[in-house]
Amino acid sequence: MWRLFKTIVLRDLLLALRRRTEILMTLFFFIVVISLFPLGIGTDRQVLVQIAPGVVWVAALLASMLVLERLFAADYLDGTLEQMLLTSQPLSIVVMAKVCAHWLLTGLPLVLISPLVALQYRLEDEQIVSMIWSLFLGTPALSMIGAIGAALTLGLRGGGMLLSLLVLPLYIPVLVYGAGAIAAGAVTNAPQQAYYMLLSAFTFLSMALAPWATSAVLRFSLE
Amino acid sequence: MIVSINWFKYSSPASFYPLAGRMIPWFAVPAILLIIVGLYWGFFETPNVLSDQKQYYRIIFVHVPAAWMSMWLYVVIAGWGLIGLVFNTRLSFMMAAATAPTGTIFTFLALWTGAFWGKTSWGTWWDWDPRLTSELILLFLYIGYMALQAAIDDVRRADRASAVLAMVGLLMVPIIYYSVNCPDPNQCTALHQRSSVRSIESNIFWAMLTMTLAFWLYSFVVILKRVRNIILEREKYMEWVSELPEIKSQRSRDR
Repeated sequence: MWRLFKTIVLRDLLLALRRRTEILMTLFFFIVVISLFPLGIGTDRQVLVQIAPGVVWVAALLASMLVLERLFAADYLDGTLEQMLLTSQPLSIVVMAKVCAHWLLTGLPLVLISPLVALQYRLEDEQIVSMIWSLFLGTPALSMIGAIGAALTLGLRGGGMLLSLLVLPLYIPVLVYGAGAIAAGAVTNAPQQAYYMLLSAFTFLSMALAPWATSAVLRFSLE
Repeated sequence: MIVSINWFKYSSPASFYPLAGRMIPWFAVPAILLIIVGLYWGFFETPNVLSDQKQYYRIIFVHVPAAWMSMWLYVVIAGWGLIGLVFNTRLSFMMAAATAPTGTIFTFLALWTGAFWGKTSWGTWWDWDPRLTSELILLFLYIGYMALQAAIDDVRRADRASAVLAMVGLLMVPIIYYSVNCPDPNQCTALHQRSSVRSIESNIFWAMLTMTLAFWLYSFVVILKRVRNIILEREKYMEWVSELPEIKSQRSRDR
């Protein structure tokens, strides 16, 4: 089981490395969206610190949304997904591996680039740390919940638009507490532990339930 | 007298279709009567709790029942979806699909009447109050559900996929509600607007309950009507459909 997991993660990473533009696209989308807000709202430092948590998190939601459609699409088109459904191993392991690879490719780069973005909004050092932590703890939940949506809309016309309609409302708790954690550090100076614990709770809960639901949906979709 | 119902017999669309037709008047007549009674009671027979000028509060007799129904119908959809996935019955999915538009309409009605109420009492059409926000998110969930169902051409896949979506949504609703209710986990005691059902006058409460019952019966009527249409649409090539008297007369007229 572990070997299957490792094989699929490595395979997906390798495939993505062969086509680097997709990863970079997500990353630059994230940066561009975040850079647009100060241009539209104004560059007053007080305002920037106020809006930074929400802007960063909404940009992260949209960026992870952007490539979600392709989570299963390539494997679905060339028939690999059907072979994966036929393995004797549990399908949820396959899904888990694919989602992990997806997070390594789209979530982790956002976490790593966020300090740079935070500088644009003139956040202090400890606020940058809290931003990294909240993104690190929250983005896996986005990939997990998103996988359900990706499986639901697999192979549909206009699947991308539909996907965002289905998944974005489900992202709300992560957005609220993710942005809340940064805001607690930056604006109100409240303790942040509770936010981190809730974000990790979402991540673990979605890790437990989402692969299972996703594999059920994949079976319906490929019937 | 104990009536034992053979549930499996009526889980077949062919035998449910006529049953639904017979059930509709039994729900429609009480629904109309209760709406008339409830509205009259609510509008003319309840005391003025605020002052003579503040008659606008009477929108409560539409607003609260609509909000309750909007939440309940989402649970119903997820429940039908679960039954459908477990027992593999086509009719359960059809019931879920028939319930969604009614639920959406009630959600919209609750938001719309709430906006009027908010404008007159708070002076604003919209406020980011937790209840309003969660009702808005419920509307998004309903729309997502119907959009997914409309997007998938294969009926079997559409049914099952949307059933899973409804159940995921149902699981997320408490979490979303909690998160909009208390965005700051350090101080979660201050819930904005606690439920005030217990503190209101019994007269108003009963009028509101009458309206809720009326809306509930109304939902039965439209859902049964809609499910009859869905059955006809999905089973139009079946033999029993072509033998229905209403279809026969229609077809002979077309010819």
